[in-house]
This record gives sequence, structure tokens and C-alpha cells, in this order.
Amino acid sequence: MADKKAQRVAFGETLVELIDKNPNVVVLDGDLANSTKADYVASQRPENFFEMGIAEQNMMGVAAGMATAGLVPFISTFAAFAAKRDLDQVRIVVAQPGLHVIITGAYSGIKTGKTGKTHQSVQDITIFRAMPNMTVVVPADAVEVRKAMHALVDEIDGPAYLRLTRDPVETIFDAAYEFKIGKAVTLREGQDIALIGTGEQSIRCLKAADLLAEQGYSALVLHMPTIKPFDEQAVIAAARLTGRVVTAEDHTLIGGLGGAVAEVLGENHPVPMKRVGLQDVFGESAPNDDLMEKYALNPHHIAEAARKLLDSRK
Amino acid sequence: MQDLSKERIAELQEIANRVRARVLISVHHAGAGHVGGPLSAADMLAALYFHILNIDPASPDWEERDRFILSKGHSTIALYATLAERGYFPIDELLTFDAIDSRLQGHPDMTKTPGIDMSSGSLGQGLSPGVGMALAARKLNKPFRTYVMIGDGESQEGQIWEAAFVAARYGLDNLTAILDYNGLQQFGWQKPGEHMLPPIENPKRKWSAFGWNTIEIDGHNIGEFILAVERAKNTQGTPTILIAHTIKGKGVSYMEDEYTWHSNVPSDEELEAALAELGQSRLLAALA
Repeated sequence: MADKKAQRVAFGETLVELIDKNPNVVVLDGDLANSTKADYVASQRPENFFEMGIAEQNMMGVAAGMATAGLVPFISTFAAFAAKRDLDQVRIVVAQPGLHVIITGAYSGIKTGKTGKTHQSVQDITIFRAMPNMTVVVPADAVEVRKAMHALVDEIDGPAYLRLTRDPVETIFDAAYEFKIGKAVTLREGQDIALIGTGEQSIRCLKAADLLAEQGYSALVLHMPTIKPFDEQAVIAAARLTGRVVTAEDHTLIGGLGGAVAEVLGENHPVPMKRVGLQDVFGESAPNDDLMEKYALNPHHIAEAARKLLDSRK
Repeated sequence: MQDLSKERIAELQEIANRVRARVLISVHHAGAGHVGGPLSAADMLAALYFHILNIDPASPDWEERDRFILSKGHSTIALYATLAERGYFPIDELLTFDAIDSRLQGHPDMTKTPGIDMSSGSLGQGLSPGVGMALAARKLNKPFRTYVMIGDGESQEGQIWEAAFVAARYGLDNLTAILDYNGLQQFGWQKPGEHMLPPIENPKRKWSAFGWNTIEIDGHNIGEFILAVERAKNTQGTPTILIAHTIKGKGVSYMEDEYTWHSNVPSDEELEAALAELGQSRLLAALA
């Protein structure tokens, strides 16, 4: 794994890059630009930056109106607000009309910089994947953020939710990496068990695979950068090959990645399964490391879940 | 715009009454729907679609067209009747209102109906996309204007005021809001034995405080409405709202100012009486 880079930095840089490629790309900010890094656009391409103030419902509607007239708006706010504060607006004027609005949820999951339950977002995947017409993308690293943003502008013409994180994260993809909406990525081959992750948790799945290798097990690591449309075939193939599946997400266990995997395998190829994620609880404000340990989201938690499945099948 | 002669106004008034009649026929046929709000908006819709808006029914998606958003989406049958009169789709299609697979949904769906510029129906949401369209016109150097009709009931939603704040801050003089100020909502603040409270009090003061140019008019006086829209067009640096005083159920005596006709279906006899009052009995005869 290479150097660390924050997803939000890639987000800000890529917005400027996209505007230079397509002047109709615009950014709407809910007064968080210096956190989300949408402020790169405010300072470098001010004509394409629209401050909307602390009023997310209106912001979503404004984006919808812009999209009908040929602009390609990115909504920039925290995931917690994008998924809840303006959800009826998403439903009525973005998702149902199928408008090309790209909703970016910054500071997703529980690692939000000591802000706690108000600013943590652990239901957004469930919420957005339940919305018809919506594409849902959850990148692992800064490289994938950039690739995904290009794809969301160029390759679809409907609404999308892009789930981003705050703090620097290891870079696992190189510049040649090809992101494809709706395609899973095998990060490591293996036979004994499949670790299926989304977002940064896919990187922790790789580390969990290292821990399992030390214990003599070979773990397949499957990264799901797109939650919707969901690459069902890749999930079924991983389950067929290994016979055991662990999922990992910085998100509630209800209806997120684990839920999506369980839905697919339940109907197509049931195998023993464990889900690693938030146990139907609200978070709290604390340093990231403490949160990750307390809420059991670290690589060793993923490896322990895997061991339980492996041990029960011996 | 054509000259505003007496004859022209009478022509538009006749269209508005045809729209009213078609609203009642459609709702009667569907056995469901809203009538009070559509009737209060009918005069302004006729004026917009037959006199004010720069549109082409043959090209509903023409990029340069003026935009109209019916934020009070439950009044959509009046908009459908207006669009049908204007030639966006066949008049007969109005009888599919609310039926399975119909393009004419109970609340506006921009993906289904030609001429609908924005889906709506969850109240308080229409002004924001209007702000987005106006900002897009400015950004893309397009001359089109955006009109949004809001209700007084939905003005209780906070999002209306979020949009009002942002529109004024961006000085969107290419945006015109129209408040259909009919003074009633579905149920409202009922006080037995007394007149109920209006959905919103003193809208002029509120919108002025938000930085909008405000013009108060009689929303059933088509000439006054058209002149007010002209004044809005000539206003620079701020958005304009036309505060249109209207009567819910306008044109049918037993429906006027009666909140129970917010959504209600006329009986055969009531429909016949209403069409007679509107001078549109022949539309009913044409159906038989």
C-alpha cells in the first residue's frame, strides 16, 4: 500500500478537473466547503461554485432545477445531512424524475473528527439503495474517488450518491486502475473464505486477510465500490468458491452492504455468513482509533469474524 | 405577447372557464381529485399558457422555453386541462386522469406528461427547482424565464423560505413566483363558529422582508395578472412574487370559499349545475 491521501482532498481536486473538462459541472455547497474540500472550486473555479447556505432541502431542489436545464450539479454536504435532512427532496425532485444530480456525502461512517452522533452517518447506504433510480458508489481510496467521479459524470445520466470519508487513507489503487460502475473488484485471490468490503473497509479486509494468512488461511478479498447496481454475480462467485462470507462496512448492519450480500446469497447461494459493522447503535464523539476499536470495525474484528466461520466448519 | 385588448382578455377568460369545466369533468370521471385549488388557479394558468409563456407545445423540451413549476402539485388537473387546451396532448386524455398507466398522474410527473417541467406534489418543494432553473439560465446565458406557482397552505413549509432567501441573495430577476392566495387549506386552524385562520398572514410583509419585489393583485383579473407579470419582467436585481388574491373553488358558487371542496368529487347533478354556471354545459353534452 502506498502513501495516504484523504478522499475529500481527491474530491476537491477532481471537481476542478471535471469543471475544466465540462464547464456545465457545478458544485452546490451547504456551508461546509472548507471541510468537504469543495472550497477548491470556490477559490479556483468560482463561476461553478454555488453557496446554498445551511439549507439542505432547498439545495437539493436547486440542484434538480439546474439538472433539468443542462447543468451537472454536485451536492456537497456531510453524509449525515445528505441522507436525512433533504431526503424527501431527493425522493420528489431528484430520484423519481431521474435527474443527473450527484449527491456527495462527506464524512460518512463514524470517523467524523470527534463530532459524534449528529455528524456520523451510518444509515446512508441503506437509505440511498432503497431509492429507485439511484446509483450508490462507495470508493475505497483517493484514486478510486477520482475515477468514480469521472464515471458518475460521464457514464450515467441519472441520480447518484457518492459516499466519502474524512481522514487520510492508504492508497491501494494505482493510476491505471479502471473503475466501472456496478463492477466488483477482486483485491486478493483466496479459497478458504471471502471477505467482502465496501469503502475504506475493503482496505481493512486486506489487512484482515494478512492476519488470516498468518494463521494459515487464504482469504479472498472482494471490494464492492458500487452498492447499486450491485455486482451480484461477483458475490455469488466468491461464495461458491469459498463457501463462507464475511462482510465489512463502516455503516449499520441493517440494510447496508451486509444486507445486500445477504439478500443476494439468500436467494442464490446461501452460505454461512457474518457481518461486521455498526450493531444498530448511534455512535459518539471520540478519536477514530477509539471508535474503530469500541465499535469493532478494525481488521482484527473482521479476522475474528472470519475465524468463527472457519472454526465452525472444521 | 399579443396586445391586451378587451377581446383578448375575454378570450382568455373563456379558456379559463373551459379549464375549470374540464377539471370538474375529469375529477368526476376519475372519482377522485382536487377541485378547490385548481379552480382558484385556473385564470392564471390560462393567462400563462395562452399569453405569457414563451413555449412550443410541439417541442415540450425546447431548451429555450420559459419554465413553469406547479409547486402546489395537488392542483395538477388544472395544469393538465390547460396543457390539453394548449395542444400538448389530446383533450380526451384528460379522462385517463388517475387511471392505471395514465400519463396524467394524481400529482405532476415530469417523466410522463409532456409540458411538465418539474415533478411535484410533496408540498413546499417547487420554488427551489425554480431557483435552480433561474441560476442555470444565468450560468448558461439563456434568456428563458422561470415561473413557480405556490400555494398559501404550502407556505407553511420551511423550504419555501429557504428558497426565498437564496433567490433574493442571488438577485434572481429571471424568477417569478406566484402565490395562489386563496386563504384555505385542507383542514387548517379550525375554530368552531368562527372564520378559520388563513394559512399564512400578511405574505407581502414576509416576502418583502426576504428581499423580494412584491406585487399584490386579484388573481382572477386576467388583465391585472398579465400586467403584473410584465412588471416582474422589468424588475431588475430581485425576484418578484405576485401575491394573487384568489377564491378557492372560484367560478362554482357552491364550491367558493368552502374548504370541504379542497378535494371532493361532484355528483352528476352538482357537475351539471357547475358547468351551467361556468357556461360550459356543451362540454358535458359533448361527452354524452
